[in-house]
Amino acid sequence: MNIKRRSLLGTAVLALSLGLGGAALAQDKTKVGFIYVGPIGDGGWTHEHDQGRLAVEKEFGDKVETVYVENVPEGPDAERVMTQMALNGADLIFTTSFGFMDATINVAKKFPKVKFEHATGYKRADNVSTYSARFYEGRAVQGTIAGRMTKSNVVGYIGSYPIPEVIRGINSAYIHAKKVNPDVQFKIVWAYTWFDPAKEADAAKVLIEQGADVILQHTDSTAPHAAAKEKGGVYTFGQASDMSEYAPMPRISSIIDNWAPYYIERTKAVIDGTWESTDTWAGIGPGMVGIGEFSSEIPADVQAEANALKDKIASGEYHPFTGPLKKQDGSDWLAEGETADDGTLAGMNFYVEGIVGDIPQ
Amino acid sequence: MDLSQINPVLLIASLMVAATPLLLATIGELVVERAGVLNLGVEGMMIVGAISGFAVAVETDSAWLGFLAAAVGGAVLSLLFVLLTQVALANQVASGLALTLFGLGLSSLMGQSYVGIKPPAMARLDIPVLSDLPVIGPILFRHDPLLYIAILIIAGVWAVLTFTRAGLILRAVGENHDAAHALGYKVVRIRIMAILFGGACAGLGGAYISLIRVPQWTEGMTAGVGWIALALVVFASWKPWRVLLGAYLFGGITVLQLNLQAAGVAIPVEYLAMSPYVVTIVVLVILSADKSRAPASLGRPFHATS
Repeated sequence: MNIKRRSLLGTAVLALSLGLGGAALAQDKTKVGFIYVGPIGDGGWTHEHDQGRLAVEKEFGDKVETVYVENVPEGPDAERVMTQMALNGADLIFTTSFGFMDATINVAKKFPKVKFEHATGYKRADNVSTYSARFYEGRAVQGTIAGRMTKSNVVGYIGSYPIPEVIRGINSAYIHAKKVNPDVQFKIVWAYTWFDPAKEADAAKVLIEQGADVILQHTDSTAPHAAAKEKGGVYTFGQASDMSEYAPMPRISSIIDNWAPYYIERTKAVIDGTWESTDTWAGIGPGMVGIGEFSSEIPADVQAEANALKDKIASGEYHPFTGPLKKQDGSDWLAEGETADDGTLAGMNFYVEGIVGDIPQ
Repeated sequence: MDLSQINPVLLIASLMVAATPLLLATIGELVVERAGVLNLGVEGMMIVGAISGFAVAVETDSAWLGFLAAAVGGAVLSLLFVLLTQVALANQVASGLALTLFGLGLSSLMGQSYVGIKPPAMARLDIPVLSDLPVIGPILFRHDPLLYIAILIIAGVWAVLTFTRAGLILRAVGENHDAAHALGYKVVRIRIMAILFGGACAGLGGAYISLIRVPQWTEGMTAGVGWIALALVVFASWKPWRVLLGAYLFGGITVLQLNLQAAGVAIPVEYLAMSPYVVTIVVLVILSADKSRAPASLGRPFHATS
């Protein structure tokens, strides 16, 4: 037994030194790691990040090596996975969910030479950048279409967690739905998960049962589309990914996240040694947020209206949060013609006037 | 807040659907544990069942064949557990965890080409008069057949465990495998059959999610139901009918809290979300005073020569 254990130990040491040797040899290759909150086959959020990873591989070929870990829970476990990745020689690590924020900061402290990029968060450090897309610009287009398409005047919204990113989306969609349809009402359900197809489908069914005929979602799977398709006569929008497999019904358009250009740019910066901690927040204009093809279910005049809005946002002529706007409690927020500053948007924790219900605290 | 927006009939009907995957997985695991084996691989067997069922249903265009394939898929995966724990006498906890990890990986591999496809629908029950009854009709007589089969399985397990010789032997093996062996019962063979039954039930539960509840295939779509099933076996204190109660409670609270939210009721969602687990803890406390307890040989490996 003793001998066995010793030979086992020996093997382990050998494997370890081999591993280290391998790491030393691979120094000329830049290693880029990705931490995903869901599976790469979710058809939504994580899928698009993985498309970005593949684009990095394609762009740099042999010069980079990418690694990823999927289904990483938001919490202490994320820290363990990131630490492991950094120990294994990653030079740049993208952590792609809001809930990885504190874990990213903690691990970054321990590995000052490794660069970190955290998606959708607001905490930065010398070796931690943040990046996000202005999804709310896409939500404005979506809200316009939703307001025009609903017949019951009830729009259902499946939220994930009550964090600024999601609340911004709800407000933006509501403001623009209200603009084209003063009678519209939003029903908001919090799923408390980014990815749980069964629960997302249940949430969609509940909203439909309570009268919603348009479903917007801020969760990652295509399950709400499947539920809507089964019920029939309900419109949905692709989230994060085009989800065109559900077009033309129920999916009538989508918000597409396009991370590839950013991932390529940041990887290049690491290779060139020019990487610096930055805060990137890009929208429809630079192409980080894309609007998926309108399905034939949307009448031509609504398509034209949505396109016009999209172009005005892309050119910077129009900001989705332009006054006069009031907060839910009736207090003034933005005066006539005033636009929201990024600081307020980044920490948005209130509904605008007209939305019914409280944000869970 | 407007409670009138919640239709209690639809609420009950949908909570039954939400509870069924849990029901199937839990009753299977209950039988496994009554035979003295702890299989933590429920989640893995469910997800493999979900994709096997989905794939076969899509290829053959028959939901029934899909469910059959799901049961077979779950059982085949559990054979791996049999090999590890009954033949090689490996640690059951570690083998079960390995089974879950393996199942999750295997299912995403199998499911590569099935993303975004709509499976064939299963006809809802439609009994002339009965299905048209107000209130009772939609709740009791308008579901898919699998939902009733799940309840029949519970009734069957209860009847077998309580009234038959086979059930008695199964329980004997779970309580004291040495005594059962001394009496001439084939402990390993009985346990293998129990594990296969558990695998088949978990597979059915997984396919219920991918074929009826959602219906679509997405990687990792069981999202932890298998783990809740394991907790539910304890909640049910290893008694079949309590599984039904527990599953409807868990499923019911999920659907109820979504309904309350949509209706704008300001109940903190966190409390509702954690309530099933709180109830489980309370039940565990009560259980310590109750006569019912875990099967005595649960999780202990058996070999005829030891």
